[in-house]
Amino acid sequence: MSPRAWSATLILAVIGAFSLSVWLGSVDLTIRETLAAFTGRGDTSIRQIVVELRAPRAVLAILVGGGLALAGAVFQALLRNPLAEPYILGISGGAATGAVLALALGLAVSHSWALPIAAFVGALLAITLVLRVAAAADDRVDVRVLLLAGVVVGAFFTACLSFVLSISDARTVRSAILWMMGSLAGADWVTVMTVALYTLPATLVLIGLARPLNLMAIGEETAGYLGTNVERVKKVAYVVASLLTAAGVAATGIIGFVGLIVPHGVRLVVGADYRMLLPLSFLAGAVFLTLADVVARTMLSPIEVPIGVITALVGVPLFLLLLRRSMGSTSWW
Amino acid sequence: MVVSDTSPALAAIDLTVRYRGSSVPALNQVNMGVPRGMFYAVLGPNGSGKSTLLRALLGVVAPVSGHACVAGRRVMDWERRALAREVGVVPQSESVAFPLTVRDLVAMGRYPHLRGLQAETPDDRQAIATAMERCDVVAFANRLTSTLSGGEIQRARMARALAQEPNSLVLDEPTANLDIRHEMEILELLRTSVDNGMTVFFITHHLDLAARFADRILLLSEGEVVAEGEPSEVLDEETLNHVYQWPVSVAENPVTGTLHVTPLPTPTDPTPRKSTGSSRSDPSR
Repeated sequence: MSPRAWSATLILAVIGAFSLSVWLGSVDLTIRETLAAFTGRGDTSIRQIVVELRAPRAVLAILVGGGLALAGAVFQALLRNPLAEPYILGISGGAATGAVLALALGLAVSHSWALPIAAFVGALLAITLVLRVAAAADDRVDVRVLLLAGVVVGAFFTACLSFVLSISDARTVRSAILWMMGSLAGADWVTVMTVALYTLPATLVLIGLARPLNLMAIGEETAGYLGTNVERVKKVAYVVASLLTAAGVAATGIIGFVGLIVPHGVRLVVGADYRMLLPLSFLAGAVFLTLADVVARTMLSPIEVPIGVITALVGVPLFLLLLRRSMGSTSWW
Repeated sequence: MVVSDTSPALAAIDLTVRYRGSSVPALNQVNMGVPRGMFYAVLGPNGSGKSTLLRALLGVVAPVSGHACVAGRRVMDWERRALAREVGVVPQSESVAFPLTVRDLVAMGRYPHLRGLQAETPDDRQAIATAMERCDVVAFANRLTSTLSGGEIQRARMARALAQEPNSLVLDEPTANLDIRHEMEILELLRTSVDNGMTVFFITHHLDLAARFADRILLLSEGEVVAEGEPSEVLDEETLNHVYQWPVSVAENPVTGTLHVTPLPTPTDPTPRKSTGSSRSDPSR
């Protein structure tokens, strides 16, 4: 299949996943009822479920899934490391510490906006700290230092997190653990708009960096000789991909695996050209997270399974299969 | 831009480079110029500053004093993309983080000619095709870089630099991994390019090939220029013995008619080695 055909397929898949997501859930609806809710007809309670609960949730899944996959692909090029994912540079640790502090201090109960803001601030703190360390000498960013600083800052925040959890009550610990496994529950249009405000411009900026990122993947020195402003690309890519991740984490908690396996999966199928890889990773990540959320909501309905569990349980076998086929295997097992 | 045609393609003026944490400069007061349309070879032992000179000439490392010029303009004043259209570089080594096809690797040479996400024009495709043909990589254009031999990847990188359609080509030991056929093909290709007006700056350890293909040779030792001039002026037994700390014999090769440098067996009474600089770290890694 040509890249163009893949784009078209994935755009249709996003629409399909969205439709599935607003149709399926703990309340059984017919397709006719679902459609009627969008056109403002039909039962008010159904309209409430579809338009105010399921639709924002599906859109949030599209934005966050797409954003995580895109950020993962960018970090892989930037750090020249196939193990890189959006949380590799300590963002998850910073965000989780902020979120758990908000929970432990009881702020999250009194103000619904406190948790996402605390998580976002924690993520920003981690991002700033890491960049400060890596850009200390003559303002050049050394990606090896960036990686090392990111991992160490992440470990520091994880220690803070463990400390706060160790002196918290059982209820806080449970909420914290659930948050850390990620969830799209509680998505509303305000959240969607806030996340979109970060995700859409960041996506455009990062896709605009596709060609310099291609060059970065063959080495910074060579990229420079081919006309890339290496230092600027590194800083812009790092800051924008980090903000994109932070916005997602603040809204949904830590959803693992999307940012690691989606870009690799797309790379195995369409190749390493970032001009295709970035937009297709966004679309594939959006489809993947939306479908994962449908499974999370319906598998043990009315109980919700944390979405991070689904992304790992479904994503990992799927990825291993792709990996196996890329090694030349044609059998399914 | 207005650039005088007589200004050298690449030049160093009192160029001194010192790496952080090093007590001795990697380059000390280097003055040199590569005239346009010349095959210019740079020789010198490991750690003599060859690769540092390349990086300083292209503005990758900043000098502590003096400056580097490209086509008559200070290198720091060049816009990166304009510089990449003027000079194509094949660095000593690079590792591709994610395998890509040879064709995609060569196409990266068009980066400085394209804006943003602009698609390749027929001109770009022509430049890529010509470069691939000249470097003999067409046969494996669709193979992934991870499956190539050392020689194949080297030719692909060469093709990428040619696809930039630069006025000058700068190469750091480009034939180090090549067998004699592909080494000769690359050198003859470079020689032909020079005869057609291109400038070539060529770092090598291969004294004989420098003698055979280069118009001028720069000999570096411990960050300083030891000699510069035509091969017959630079490749002198006494100078080479001193610089390489090994006895050599220089004679005319009866087949090519160019100079031929033969390292002699271990001397029974070795010339006393210079003690200075032996602990210097090698800036070219």
